[in-house]
Amino acid sequence: MKVTADQNKCCGAGNCVLLVPEVFDQREEDGIVVLLDEEPPEHLRAAVREASDMCPASAIAVHEDT
Amino acid sequence: MGEPMTITSNPAEDRAADSGILSFPMDRAAGCPFDPPPRLQAQQQEEPLSRVRIWDGSTPWFVTRHADQRALLGDPRVSADATRPGYPRSAPSNGRNNISFILMDDPEHARLRRMVTGSFAVKRVQAMRPAVQKIVDDLIEEMLAGPNPVDLVQAFALPVPSLVICELLGVPYDDHDFFQRNSSALVKQSLSVEERTAAHGALLTYLDDLMGEKLAHPADDLLSSLVTRVKDGELSRNEAAQMGVLLLLAGHETTANMIALGTVALLEHPDQLARLRDTDDPKAIAAAVEELLRYLNVTHSGRRRVALEDIEVAGEVIRAGEGIVFPNEIANRDAEVFTDPDHLDLGRDARRHVAFGFGVHQCLGQPLARLELQVVYSTLYRRVPTLRLATEAEKLPYKHDGAVYGVYELPVAW
Ligand code: HEM
Repeated sequence: MKVTADQNKCCGAGNCVLLVPEVFDQREEDGIVVLLDEEPPEHLRAAVREASDMCPASAIAVHEDT
Repeated sequence: MGEPMTITSNPAEDRAADSGILSFPMDRAAGCPFDPPPRLQAQQQEEPLSRVRIWDGSTPWFVTRHADQRALLGDPRVSADATRPGYPRSAPSNGRNNISFILMDDPEHARLRRMVTGSFAVKRVQAMRPAVQKIVDDLIEEMLAGPNPVDLVQAFALPVPSLVICELLGVPYDDHDFFQRNSSALVKQSLSVEERTAAHGALLTYLDDLMGEKLAHPADDLLSSLVTRVKDGELSRNEAAQMGVLLLLAGHETTANMIALGTVALLEHPDQLARLRDTDDPKAIAAAVEELLRYLNVTHSGRRRVALEDIEVAGEVIRAGEGIVFPNEIANRDAEVFTDPDHLDLGRDARRHVAFGFGVHQCLGQPLARLELQVVYSTLYRRVPTLRLATEAEKLPYKHDGAVYGVYELPVAW
């Protein structure tokens, strides 16, 4: 799995940080998403998919391995 | 939430006989204070995308399914700009009492929202937990030392969010009578445009004066950080004051009503209350908060938007310039997303609720609201295990006419 987080789209609602703090963080100055791990390990992938689905700004994209 | 509003008491005789179009808002059923209006429930099943007639006679689109609400509220072709023709206002307006970025579109909305988002970031807010816990503990001790029964709204539900936001913004809590009175006037259904504009003006002047003081004596608070931006030329003083009003307002009624109405709902569902009282697992408490947000959805006046382009949805085309109303409370009862949706079940995974809205306007204060509710729900009923209603639940004064749903007063005893 490969994850991208679009900082231009992000509105800083924080859902992703709440769901998977291992993978997502927020910038100190403006609360915008910071991606900590582009290729999250197996055990976090379900939560990352949920974070992508819950993002109100559609800023998180998940590319599954084929 | 949103722009100040008045809903001309327009109790739904449901379908205006002549037109076949439903009126909105609709009435809840007697004896079912926690459930959305039955007509709204029927609409989701029978005609999920329809039109409604609102106070000014206009007929915006009415979107009731969870999936359609998310798709449209998340669509950049849908605007929150209340000054655009076709925007379905919830009350008459002279266009002067709009409140900051909640009624703006990107890029302006993002520019302003990002100036304050850091203060509401998840980790920053979580660091406030001990301070919030102390506020809650102190208020409970004060309440227990006072008269019994008492009105939980005034003694507890309102002071919690008020004290918290005052601390964060740097607003003196001693002024709470003033800003609570004017905040509630600003969103009061029954007041005239002039009265609401006057309340807005009073709040703006108040915030502007306060920023003047922060200019002279900067402190470690959010208003001081806005003042710095004004000094640096990033923000006009008026924009800063508008933002101050929005932040002071947005977290008050919403959180207070979640605390009070949540307490009524829990006291009326003793099995669920017991579940909450018997756990100290933070995950279970967090899940209970999400479920109460879903079930109660206190922001019941509908998110409001206007289409910027033609948009296809559910086999229909919403035309550019047409208004759209999204009653979130019914999306939170969508059986396609939540099993047995009318059932309060603190053990379910309710995180997909839209009680904080959806799209780029999704609640900025949600980490703070979650924190406050987690602390309140995990403390109040444990510390006061005999807490009970001092009147019958049916007799409580529910805010049917409020911009935010809840109870005006909540007499409790212990
Ligand atoms: C349980 C409590 C709360 C609920 C149910 C709630 C609900 C909402 C909803 C539904 C919206 C979306 C409005 C729209 O899309 O038109 C919103 C926006 C907003 N909320 Fe909250 N809110 C709560 C607490 C708070 C708190 C504590 C704050 C802190 C100051 C806050 C600040 C805001 C702001 C600034 C916006 C505008 C965001 C934007 O337009 O980008 N809210 N809230």
